Amino acid sequence: MSVLFLLIIISLSVAAFFVGCYYWAIKTDQFEDDYTPSVRILFDDEIVGNKKSFSTIRPDESSILISDQLTKKPRE
Amino acid sequence: MQLEKFSYDNKIVRNFLFATALWGLIGFLVGLICAIEMFWPQMTNGVSFLSFGRLRPLHTNAVIFAFVGNAIFAGVYHSLQRLVKARMYSDTLSKIHFWGWQLIIVAAAITLPLGISTGKEYAELEWPIDISIALVWVIFGWNMLGTIIKRRVKHLYVAIWFYIASWATVAVLHIVNSVELPVSFFKSYSMYAGVQDALVQWWYGHNAVAFFLTTPFLGLMYYYVPKAADRPVFSYRLSIIHFWALIFIYIWAGPHHLLYTALPDWAQSLGTVFSIMLIAPSWGGMLNGLLTLRGAWDKVRDDAVLKFMVVAVTAYGMATFEGPMLSLKSLNAMTHYTDWVVGHVHLGALGWNGCMTFAILYFIIPRIFQTKLYSQKLANWHFWLATASILFYAVPMYWAGIVQNQMWREFNADGTLTNQNFLDTVTQIIPMYATRAIGGTIFIVGVLLMFFNLYKTVKSGKLLANEEAEAYPLAKANVKHEKEHWHRWIERRPIQMLLLSVVVILIGGAIEMIPTFLVKSNIPSITSVKPYTPLELEGRDLYIREGCYNCHSQMIRPFRWETERYGEYSKAGEFVYDHPFQWGSKRTGPDLAREGVKTGRLYKPNDWHFNHLLVPDSVSDGSIMPRYPWLLNKLDSKLLEKKITAMRKMGVPYPEGYESKAIGDMNLQAKEVAKPLYDNIDGLMISDETYDKIAAGEMKLEETEMVAIIAYLQRLGTDIYPKAKK
Repeated sequence: MSVLFLLIIISLSVAAFFVGCYYWAIKTDQFEDDYTPSVRILFDDEIVGNKKSFSTIRPDESSILISDQLTKKPRE
Repeated sequence: MQLEKFSYDNKIVRNFLFATALWGLIGFLVGLICAIEMFWPQMTNGVSFLSFGRLRPLHTNAVIFAFVGNAIFAGVYHSLQRLVKARMYSDTLSKIHFWGWQLIIVAAAITLPLGISTGKEYAELEWPIDISIALVWVIFGWNMLGTIIKRRVKHLYVAIWFYIASWATVAVLHIVNSVELPVSFFKSYSMYAGVQDALVQWWYGHNAVAFFLTTPFLGLMYYYVPKAADRPVFSYRLSIIHFWALIFIYIWAGPHHLLYTALPDWAQSLGTVFSIMLIAPSWGGMLNGLLTLRGAWDKVRDDAVLKFMVVAVTAYGMATFEGPMLSLKSLNAMTHYTDWVVGHVHLGALGWNGCMTFAILYFIIPRIFQTKLYSQKLANWHFWLATASILFYAVPMYWAGIVQNQMWREFNADGTLTNQNFLDTVTQIIPMYATRAIGGTIFIVGVLLMFFNLYKTVKSGKLLANEEAEAYPLAKANVKHEKEHWHRWIERRPIQMLLLSVVVILIGGAIEMIPTFLVKSNIPSITSVKPYTPLELEGRDLYIREGCYNCHSQMIRPFRWETERYGEYSKAGEFVYDHPFQWGSKRTGPDLAREGVKTGRLYKPNDWHFNHLLVPDSVSDGSIMPRYPWLLNKLDSKLLEKKITAMRKMGVPYPEGYESKAIGDMNLQAKEVAKPLYDNIDGLMISDETYDKIAAGEMKLEETEMVAIIAYLQRLGTDIYPKAKK
């Protein structure tokens, strides 16, 4: 049954690969914001030219804008 | 930062969508033919390439890799571009991916009906196609990861994680399971043997369900359900937990396909434990999908897309509850080898994969063709037909599974089996087979409505081949410093580094491990177990060619109701020369593991086998086995020498130089097997024409394929019994 060891090693390397991915995701703040991404995907379809919209906001201001729109409060 | 203008490639999405629909229909039709053959075996009488054993692999491969595969690619190419705000990395790679995959499907559709098969379920394609799959898969990954790397959105939405995991794992599974030794361009043997081959195969088979049919579709669910409902996913946090939990648990559950077999017990228990653990992430994901529709159920009332999604996610939930339950040993003893499992997989395939794919087709096509769906009403009709068909399919299969198993294990007061004749347990459930075919027909009628609806939609619109989009580029996070350590350079490239390391690990592992376990583990643990004779080896290859494993198992479990029916339970050491293993996973016909044992309950003489293979219902009334008239063709043994050499390379102890003597031995044994046939020539179910040919010496029974396959059947399971003196 030595093939068991092969499968375990391969399964573990696959798992190690995913652990690596997980580590990378944490390190690069992928999971810092666990709400905005779910909303952002809903707003990507039309081009609005010069008007500010979700597809044209700069990445660094995206979360502020989105929370603004959701709460419908005026920006300070 | 400068706003960047670019465009999404919709043409490739359209191509994959059309391919999905087309191959889907073909795959479903082949499935329907298979379903009808179960209660009307004479339908395709005598046509070799339409016999059940050859069509069933075509059906499974077509619906999994052609229908679901193209649906995955369509969904990934459509959603990924929008999720990362970037066009696919390379249009050329997209095209190679598309056409490469379609060519593979065509190759499969030609080779499988011709009986060119490796004999491993869901991995029947021969080695040149396996290599093509690996290459096209790499192209897909290259294109996908390239797109992710040049993305304009820093955060990777959870769907993308599912896509990456599916890609990486399927690549590993496919390569590990497809390690084969080619004998010719169309023939190869699995490098693994017997119980080891079984474990690798089901590690692959289970994870093909996990990482081909489930995780990519979960990615699609997390994109398309929120989009169609215009609501964010219920809990994004839960979706992330769903993902990580699922991928770490899924890969260990494979052995639950081999409960009560000759696989070591601890490996079986490991599979069960992980299967039970899977309920948590699976149901978390299902609830997350369904709860996304909170506050949007009014939309579900009208929108067929959402309706399909609700049924798909519900089917996912039911199938992922049923799966762990079937992994419990007590329930598995009851359901394994029966139609319950067929019902289970179709709940997942028709419900989860089918309905989700239909939803995606109805969702994307009007959008990229800049129009509205031609008819919501027809789509709703399709929805109800599809949903009803799943019930018509699954319920009879569950019923058939339970009934048949109860009949298998029923004992009389005196301790004898109530249903001594296996066939009685088959004829009992034939009405259920017919009902199942009705379910399948309804499903296909729905698909035809979809074809008409989508055709009208496409006609009324115009493809927006390149959809304009704009977004800001990602801020460069890393500024290069002078004279930095070389490792810093790698550290900044996490994806490349991870890919590189996994490749390195795999190659290293493979080189180190494969030769060791191939040689060492083939030392038989039962001394009386010997390699197949040349004739039996040829017969075994015919058994694989005809796909006998689709209906017959070769694995007797240690239950009294099995040993009483079939004989001594199977031992791991009996299969050490089986490249590939042929344990099977379904008993439409009886188990054949002890078929050749002369003192066994199932033993039948050569002329019985001859008649049974030619006209099964002539010797067992009501049999639903197909007829195999083409087995009277002359056996082609051109490859015999190479086959023997290949087997020896894999550790089967044929003596050095035996390949040159093999033909002589084969002919001798063929004469021996054919002798009882000649003795009873008047009792053979052959036509007058064939009879005359034999009488005139134009045709020799000992040269037919029939003799080889009978020799193989008569060898099955005999090694652990003392040999009768000649």
